[in-house]
Amino acid sequence: MSTPTLKNPPTTTAAPTALSRPAARRQRSMAERLIAPLFLAPTVIGMAIFTIVPILGSILLAFFRWDIISAPEFVGFSNFADIVSDPTVRVSFLNTIVFVVVAVTLQLGISMALAVAIQGRMPNWLRVFFRSAFFFPLILSAASVSIFMGYLFNEQFGVVNWLLSLVGIPAVPWLTTSGGAAAVVVLVYVWQNFGFSFLLFIGGLASIPKELLEASALDGATGWRQFVNVTLPLLSPTVLVASVMAIISALQVFDQPYVLTRGGPGDSTRTAVMVIFESAFQRLEFGRASAIGLVLMMLIMAITALQFRLSRRFVFYQ
Amino acid sequence: MSTLTATRKTRMPRPGTAARILVLLVAAALTLGPVLWTLSTSLRTPSESFNLPPQFLPLNPDFSSYVQVFQQVNMVLLVVNSALVTLLIAVGQMATAALAGYAFARLSFKGKNALFSVVLATMMVPVQVTIVPVFMLIRGMGLSDTLLALILPAIPTAFGTFLMRQYFLGLPNDFAEAASLDGASPWRTFRSVYAPLAVPGMAIVGILAFNFHWNEFFRPLILTISQENYTLPLGLVTLQGNLGTGSISVVLAGVILSMIPALVVFIFGQRTLRESLTAGASK
Repeated sequence: MSTPTLKNPPTTTAAPTALSRPAARRQRSMAERLIAPLFLAPTVIGMAIFTIVPILGSILLAFFRWDIISAPEFVGFSNFADIVSDPTVRVSFLNTIVFVVVAVTLQLGISMALAVAIQGRMPNWLRVFFRSAFFFPLILSAASVSIFMGYLFNEQFGVVNWLLSLVGIPAVPWLTTSGGAAAVVVLVYVWQNFGFSFLLFIGGLASIPKELLEASALDGATGWRQFVNVTLPLLSPTVLVASVMAIISALQVFDQPYVLTRGGPGDSTRTAVMVIFESAFQRLEFGRASAIGLVLMMLIMAITALQFRLSRRFVFYQ
Repeated sequence: MSTLTATRKTRMPRPGTAARILVLLVAAALTLGPVLWTLSTSLRTPSESFNLPPQFLPLNPDFSSYVQVFQQVNMVLLVVNSALVTLLIAVGQMATAALAGYAFARLSFKGKNALFSVVLATMMVPVQVTIVPVFMLIRGMGLSDTLLALILPAIPTAFGTFLMRQYFLGLPNDFAEAASLDGASPWRTFRSVYAPLAVPGMAIVGILAFNFHWNEFFRPLILTISQENYTLPLGLVTLQGNLGTGSISVVLAGVILSMIPALVVFIFGQRTLRESLTAGASK
């Protein structure tokens, strides 16, 4: 931020209409330089206090063991080492990685298939209905969604097991077994979030020139072949953006596993962010929580950086 | 793309078209089904709410769960808290983002690009990384366990600033020239000329803030302590925990009530919300 110098205060007296254009512009830019800090202050000061200072604080805290009550103790990299050596933290990171891979693959696959399907011939009201339906879960709170989904997946009285029983499948212990609970967390997360990638893919498909598809159809590329050889390469910028956004958001998953399972059974649905929450606010291990948070942030930055590199190298821009 | 191949040979609906619509219908049923079940189960009597087969349509609506949810938990307080927090964050974001966005778009000052890069970079910082120090800062400020603890840290918005900068860049420059020739100060140029034109952009920032913070769970879980300061999602999760698998229709009545404001935004602002949610992707 440039600090304003008060050597040349803006002249507010002289008849301004008499000024020539360059003079007016010069006077304006001087006044702008003085007033800009005031426009920026609320945002910049707010970010300094609530984002920049906390990041620096996190970096510092990550090297200490501190429970607020006793004096902080310098522990070097041991909080980071815990991520590999502490069984709960290690499992939570592995869970998060598996979750990201499975949830993002499902989310992108489903939303791309639906985005392609909605391009076909159909009445416009039907298209609007589908788009609204797929968008709808995005406006709900993940906590509310997890509450009703928890009831739907209940082993004894849940609708999902009732539907399965109609086709002769015995009751699945969804939330009480490791595999079942992990599957439910993925399904509930994807249910709520596929609409976002769907919207991105619709936008991407709309930007593909119709002539290219027509030309390829005349050359005999139809259906699946046209999709793989023509549509998909042209859609690749959108695929990249959608994957990066989906990965970043999935890495931070918390609400669904917290409400559905509290991380259980055992540690089977404990995620990295759940460990941040539990370390800091249940066990008062603020240093460890900070270290895990920083690793998460570095992962997000690395993925963002990778996006920029990849988009230069592999993505096909027309 | 099927339309192309279809028009080339025949006007008959191809089997592919029917299959596509069937897939879309199944997806729509799986998306809306759980919500419909939630609505119709909230309208069953609490003692019936477990009974199978489930109901997807509220044929004999019973509103006793909606009465009970107000007795089980202080719904009025939860709604007031959520509304206060969400509205103040939305208004705060609209004002600060408009000011900062205007400065980045239309004012000249030293270090503009560097500062804007820093603002953008903060978008990459997940809230979970800053929550521990923010919690301590809030304690240090004496705001522990107040609604301000939720509101203040959420007001500075990188994404909102980015959106408002784009919006102001899209407005014509001539007004500023004319205003300055008329002797208007930069503040007056903003206040009387550009800010009124930017109301649609500010509405986008406000709607996004509303949708996000009305539904927010992680920060309230950490930053509020006593039940008087709970917001709706936190209150509902607590209610679900207290009732266990007791009368689920009571919890679901609370869930449905909490959806109403979001539903209003969905009905009246879906287009805005859709476009602004995906706006970040096309930067």
